[in-house]
Amino acid sequence: MLIWVLFKMALRSLVTHKLRTFLTALGIIIGVASVISMISIGEGARSQTQDTISKFGTNIITVKPGQQKSRHVTTGKVDTLTLDDAEYIKVNIPLITGVAAQVYRSAQIKFENKNTNTTVRGTGASYARLANFEMDLGRYFNSEEIKSAKRICILGSTALKNLFGDINPLGKTIKVNGKNFLVIGTTVPKGALSWFDPDDQIFIPVTTAQKRVFGMNHVQSIDVQAGKIEDLEIVIEEITRLLRQKHNILEGKEDDFYVQNSAQFLRSWGESAKTFTYLLGGIAAISLMVGGIGIMNIMLVSVTERTREIGIRKALGAKKREILEQFLIESVLISFLGGGIGILLGIGISRFVSNIGGWETIVSSQSIILSFGFSVAIGIFFGFYPANKAANLNPIEALRYE
Amino acid sequence: MIEVERLSKLYEMGGQKVSALAGVDFTIKKGEFVAIMGPSGSGKSTLMNLLGCLDLPSSGIYRLENLNIQDLKPNQLAEVRNRRIGFVFQSFNLLPRASALENTELPLLYGRVPNATEIALKALERVGLAHRAKHKPTELSGGERQRVAIARALVNSPAIILADEPTGNLDSTTGREIMSLFNELNREAVTLILVTHEQEVAQQAKRIIQMRDGKIVTDELNGVEPC
Repeated sequence: MLIWVLFKMALRSLVTHKLRTFLTALGIIIGVASVISMISIGEGARSQTQDTISKFGTNIITVKPGQQKSRHVTTGKVDTLTLDDAEYIKVNIPLITGVAAQVYRSAQIKFENKNTNTTVRGTGASYARLANFEMDLGRYFNSEEIKSAKRICILGSTALKNLFGDINPLGKTIKVNGKNFLVIGTTVPKGALSWFDPDDQIFIPVTTAQKRVFGMNHVQSIDVQAGKIEDLEIVIEEITRLLRQKHNILEGKEDDFYVQNSAQFLRSWGESAKTFTYLLGGIAAISLMVGGIGIMNIMLVSVTERTREIGIRKALGAKKREILEQFLIESVLISFLGGGIGILLGIGISRFVSNIGGWETIVSSQSIILSFGFSVAIGIFFGFYPANKAANLNPIEALRYE
Repeated sequence: MIEVERLSKLYEMGGQKVSALAGVDFTIKKGEFVAIMGPSGSGKSTLMNLLGCLDLPSSGIYRLENLNIQDLKPNQLAEVRNRRIGFVFQSFNLLPRASALENTELPLLYGRVPNATEIALKALERVGLAHRAKHKPTELSGGERQRVAIARALVNSPAIILADEPTGNLDSTTGREIMSLFNELNREAVTLILVTHEQEVAQQAKRIIQMRDGKIVTDELNGVEPC
């Protein structure tokens, strides 16, 4: 009962000083809004990257020729991997569920009088599955057609649009570097990434690409799919061991190939995105802190202003605790109010950012609970000192205060 | 009801001890109407603060309804103030943002008394202000404000009502009205202790205690009984 009365009193005092209440709450509003919007931007960036990377398939290990010196610079010989290596891996590692060797190069393709430049990718039969390509029209080529190096191709959706427009391409013949290829299928669009468009390519059998188009005996990469994500490390070790053995590399000598894995990339990206999120959240938390100091400041002024009221209450029998509660309720109410408005504002800002900036943002319930709880805690923490000061006032002096 | 023995209060001011109250003795029985008089600095305010349990004596005994006040802790003192003492101040001391009714209710709320609104309304009725219950102090005249303060003092049916210069901020007509209200309450067996330096006001009381330099100079019954 009393707590309800105290609540009403606190509310009345806040309503009486509307502008002051709002300005005090503003610190908390800005703090909470920035915590929520910053975390939502950070989380959005993380999930977007994750989505992007998982488009490639996460349990895929890529083996490439040469040595990776720094992040993306490859040195050494580039013709050390062959189709035999791919076969060797496929036969000797039981934990894997697919191997696809690839060669790829940019080439001109032509249909009737239209032509376009695109990536021509020679792959194995399981590539479509490994790289998460789904068939739209027709079918993918099979091992028989690879063995006999057939001149057939599958079109990615961008290549299809550039070359055929709305015409059904199945059964039509296109020219790749001047050689005829029969179109047997098309793939469902995956959507362009910022740095390249996986739909702007055509797929042909790897053997055909090696012998009839590019004239090479090596392969440019071998994709290996591990059955389970947990097996990734073992599979990577096995590949390394097998290829060193097959390439007769002596102990102490460097590998003539290197292994990449999207899961590792994903993990390291996730880590840095998390750091980014924490950093943003930390900065926002500081502003929440400053908001708390604002509350303390105003509450101290309020206590001084209402010294006489405190004296009256004490004379009428208010206990120390009841005065303390009254002022604490007030500061908690301010932070509650600020927290509530801040949440709405934060959600609004992240909507705005995703609408205007085109960034993905994710407002997590966690960040809402966190920032709201934090702001109420700040209300109690920074409200305590002024409330305690009020509760400890001497009633005689407080009554005499003008 | 009130027993005071060798009650004294020392203040420390700039390292010097000042005796504001130098051992006073008296008893006040239920239903009495006592005026405490004296020039400023005579110790009457200090005595009032002690009697009102707003402060503790340096030495001596103050017994209120058989409670040894000097031994109580701050929270117990707050309870005594809440249940047994009603205050009426010179400057009314109402909460400016609360209505007359809410001001009157306040002691009941701190005392966790049920039906507070009802009881508070009755108290306002008793001082003749039931029709002004919803008004804020700023919408009331000085006399009305003091009546609200008296209603607030009465509301917990206290053992004593302490009034500190209750007419000091009022014009003489309103002052007389307030005094006749006090007389009326006294006839209904409310114990009243009044601090004043106005002879005219003090004459309304049945007993007058004169103070000077922290001591009681005279303590005599007032011959003129109000009728």
